[in-house]
Amino acid sequence: MKRRRGVITSPTPSPRPSPNLFDEPAVAPAMELRVFENTMPELYDEVGETFPGASPGSAIAVSTLTQTVKDVVEGAFIPLWVRGEVSDFKAHRNGHWYFCLRDRTSQLKCVVWSRDQRGIPAAPDDGMQVAALGQVGVYATRGEMQFTVRRMEADGDGLWRKALELTRGRLETDGLLSPERKRALPRYPRRIAVVTSASGAALQDVIAVLRRRAPGVELVVAHAAVQGEGAPLELCAALERVCRWGGAELVIIGRGGGSREDLWAFNDERVVRAVAACPVPTISAVGHEIDVTLCDLVADHRAPTPSAAAEAAVPSQEELLLTLAAHRQRLVSAIEGCLYEPRDRARAASQHLVTTMSRRVADRQTALASVAGRLNALSPLATLERGYAVAQDGDGRTLASTRDFADGASFALRLRDGEVDATVTRIRSRGASVS
Amino acid sequence: MTLDETLGRLEEIASRLDEERMELGDALVLFEEGVGRLREAAATLHDAEARVKRLIELADGAFVLEDLDG
Repeated sequence: MKRRRGVITSPTPSPRPSPNLFDEPAVAPAMELRVFENTMPELYDEVGETFPGASPGSAIAVSTLTQTVKDVVEGAFIPLWVRGEVSDFKAHRNGHWYFCLRDRTSQLKCVVWSRDQRGIPAAPDDGMQVAALGQVGVYATRGEMQFTVRRMEADGDGLWRKALELTRGRLETDGLLSPERKRALPRYPRRIAVVTSASGAALQDVIAVLRRRAPGVELVVAHAAVQGEGAPLELCAALERVCRWGGAELVIIGRGGGSREDLWAFNDERVVRAVAACPVPTISAVGHEIDVTLCDLVADHRAPTPSAAAEAAVPSQEELLLTLAAHRQRLVSAIEGCLYEPRDRARAASQHLVTTMSRRVADRQTALASVAGRLNALSPLATLERGYAVAQDGDGRTLASTRDFADGASFALRLRDGEVDATVTRIRSRGASVS
Repeated sequence: MTLDETLGRLEEIASRLDEERMELGDALVLFEEGVGRLREAAATLHDAEARVKRLIELADGAFVLEDLDG
């Protein structure tokens, strides 16, 4: 630290006594600045009137004083965290941000140079309570004290949430969060790309699950740093490499658990858009169960952990064997279904045959009975039944005319219930009697 | 044929057997194919093991997969 003549400072910043910056009273205790006592006359006596600024004749230029003050102030303070309420925030056309930090009694003009804005999740809003890390200095042109801010945190993660909401809003406007965009994951991918750190725990988790489930999958790792300043671009590049290669049927992107800052690359708009643009289905697995990133929202599937991502990516061998058993069952039922109809038809045909044949036999039987009836009607036996008798000679020939008889000849009379032997005693022909 | 394609074909076969009217001879040919595919899929599963590679892009833009000790 530089020390300037004329000012002795004790620039030790007050220690941060409380983990919550905002529990302290709004008015901070003043820093202990020890300066010269007001001993001007004696001083001038010592240095004489020609000393710069000691007399009208030796008056110094405004810029000289301002520059001196600037040097003194800037040399006196190491970067400090300062807290207060943001007001009069302006994002200037030149890319820099200007605002005031104030509390009940004081205000501090602040600037964030555009190059330093990367370190701040989002621009603060007026009224936000923030803690800002910066260097106090002097803006000589205006003769104003100015605080050059490089990092900023808002009460209740306000800036992170704001940044997330802003990006989320843009993604939503572009339709990237719509549920209809979600694609189904391939059921049995052969090659899965994993975009993560090759040395990270997440990769080991994914590999362990795949080895356990062992469905013959090839896992292809596209390495990228998953935290730190370069992480977003590395993640984008690794994703782009995987897409250009074109050999994967599924992409898992993620990392193990970490702080919000560690996971922040997965909220980076460039990374999120690269995930959304991936031509093959994606699974996002960032951190633990409770961490939800924008990457998770645009991916086709969100897994709570890398292990869960691997489980979602491939079915277990057991599941597959069950699936095969189900297929076998279905095939057998299907072929049985195919056999059922011909079998049924054969059964119906045979039934028909039997019915037809039975009917025909019955018909014949009826016909036969009818013929038999008629035969019966014509039968001489029937006549006998009605009480008539038939005369027959000894050879059984019917004696139907008087001419068949001779006087004294023997013949038989056939009756219903037997025969009677008889002898002709007289013949009477109708018309001419023969005797 | 990938496992996915094999299982897809099996589904197709079963559906055709279920839904289409076909000659018994044709049905039996399909059934036999299905049984063959089932055997194939089961065989794939039994000698399957997860492999881990690393995607490397060469200077000329070509890609190679290197073994990665997992």
